[in-house]
Amino acid sequence: MLTFHGKSVFGGIAIGKIYVYQKDNRLIKREKITDPESEIARFQKARKEAVEQLGELYQSSLRKIGKSEAAIFEVHQMMLEDLDYVQSIENIIEGQKVNAEYAVATTADNYACMFASMDDAYMKERAADVKDVSERVINVLMGNKDSSPEMTEPVIIVAEDLAPSETVQLDKDKVLAFVTRLGSSNSHTAILARTMGIPALIGVDADFKKLHGKLGVVDGFKGVFYTEPEESVLQELEEKKRQEEEKKNLLLSLKGKANVTLDGREIKLYANIGNIKDLALVKQNDASGIGLFRSEFLYLEKDNYPSEEEQFQVYKTVAQSMAGKQVIIRTLDIGADKQADYFDIPQEENPAMGYRAIRICLDRPEIFKTQLRAIFRATVYGNLAIMYPMIISLDEVHQIQKLVAQVKDELKEQGIAYKDVEEGIMIETPAAVMMSGELAKEVDFFSIGTNDLTQYTLAIDRQNPKLDDLYDAKHPAVLKMIQMVVDNAHKAGIWVGICGELGADTDLTEEFLKMGIDELSVSPGKVLPVRKKIREINLDKK
Amino acid sequence: MKQLRYVITDPEGIHARPAALLIKLTTGFSSVITMEKGGKSGDAKRIFAVMGLGVKQGEEVLITAQGPDEDRAIKEIEDFLKENL
Repeated sequence: MLTFHGKSVFGGIAIGKIYVYQKDNRLIKREKITDPESEIARFQKARKEAVEQLGELYQSSLRKIGKSEAAIFEVHQMMLEDLDYVQSIENIIEGQKVNAEYAVATTADNYACMFASMDDAYMKERAADVKDVSERVINVLMGNKDSSPEMTEPVIIVAEDLAPSETVQLDKDKVLAFVTRLGSSNSHTAILARTMGIPALIGVDADFKKLHGKLGVVDGFKGVFYTEPEESVLQELEEKKRQEEEKKNLLLSLKGKANVTLDGREIKLYANIGNIKDLALVKQNDASGIGLFRSEFLYLEKDNYPSEEEQFQVYKTVAQSMAGKQVIIRTLDIGADKQADYFDIPQEENPAMGYRAIRICLDRPEIFKTQLRAIFRATVYGNLAIMYPMIISLDEVHQIQKLVAQVKDELKEQGIAYKDVEEGIMIETPAAVMMSGELAKEVDFFSIGTNDLTQYTLAIDRQNPKLDDLYDAKHPAVLKMIQMVVDNAHKAGIWVGICGELGADTDLTEEFLKMGIDELSVSPGKVLPVRKKIREINLDKK
Repeated sequence: MKQLRYVITDPEGIHARPAALLIKLTTGFSSVITMEKGGKSGDAKRIFAVMGLGVKQGEEVLITAQGPDEDRAIKEIEDFLKENL
């Protein structure tokens, strides 16, 4: 058994025969010609034929893989029709009196260098596209036919690297996984693997030639490629593969389904995210909205206060990407375990109970108002809501209302558009629980933060590992508090959700539903497992 | 001459696919159309020029159209950008 390591671009396990994909290497010779005009005509004829080939490839990949993957061939067609590219080739033929093959190869190198030198990982990879289209023209010029490998059974494709036109011609039903020596997470092999949902490893440093026909195993979770695996390794990975398939089927069957119990009670199932990068996860896992958008990352990733404009761009992007689905932005919750040096928060004896979250915001309204302005400006781009953390009193809510009114007045005066949105508070202190009846009259919704609520209710520091055994989020005291909050919210006619970790605990889902919880917001990976649970519950059953 | 400023919101910036769609749109107008970012300018009807600007999320582009159908061009490009980028 040999073991190789690489970078995984898509998880999953594949077991099968190894197919080593090799391309012919040929040299383009620089040859002098005497009649540039007819050489240009020869180039133009080849170029047109290449464009036609790409049109056919577009159609066939549209059928075989889908629109988004096929689109690359439209891009390729446009590259061959780009006037700068065509003129560069013609100039080389004419100016240097050289053959078309050489002129195409030289131009391809120049454009590939342009892309390769860009400071963007995605754009760097587009160098491969220029080379691929140019190669196609050269093949036509040299009279080579497209040849795709014949595969008789499903295989693990092993190659140096694969060009888009090569990947598309592979029989997709016969590809179990990709392993390449080169490539990056933005290369076509990687993109295709993600589209097809099959494991792929890149940057695997192996001598591929000797592997053809041998048994291989790709572990896309760990980024490991085994050849001729030992029995124990094989068995372990076969088991892992089986579990993975079960999970995948479950998820597929739940996507697009409603979060509704057997007896017809529907609740909102949202996702918690801590960064704009997590948006993709929210979509992949089919959450119906974002129940907790932790805005702290905007502050924690910086050396200074983020400007209104910076924040606005982020909130706007989130609002737009969620296309009408609700996004609840939690205002700055900094302090305690989340510190940014420039806030200059002095060392505290007991930071969890210290100067944090709304306490900082109300003490330093200039910071808070900047954030509120940015959020309100973004309200017109989607379905936003705002929630305020760490509330302990009515007075705090009144202070917030005053600041919000100021912000709205200023925006109105300046002629900047905004919408009124739902505003809610987090219930994460015992004080807020006890005051929930009064608080409910002042806000549009409650979201229960069970992590802090547990630590404050049980008087257990959640950062202290010695107390792990005592930290019990299912403590009856916590559950009774949740019930009290739900009852008070409903009495005042507002909705109530849970955005703490407890919300994702499927042992409690039924109990939450019985309590009357209207919304659960969980980490993106938990959305579908919780949906599964909800759909199995029957609240009518005694 | 008509102009339009737009800040790209797509997390991937102007990547290959939207660039291709944009060019399909711009080549339909007879006006001269350019795209500019940070002092660099390119012909908005040519894929290498557009991709060569390497426009990322959060960056602003300036689109300029000059010609008989410049009004319609800017209007339709604006709609396209809002929808796709």
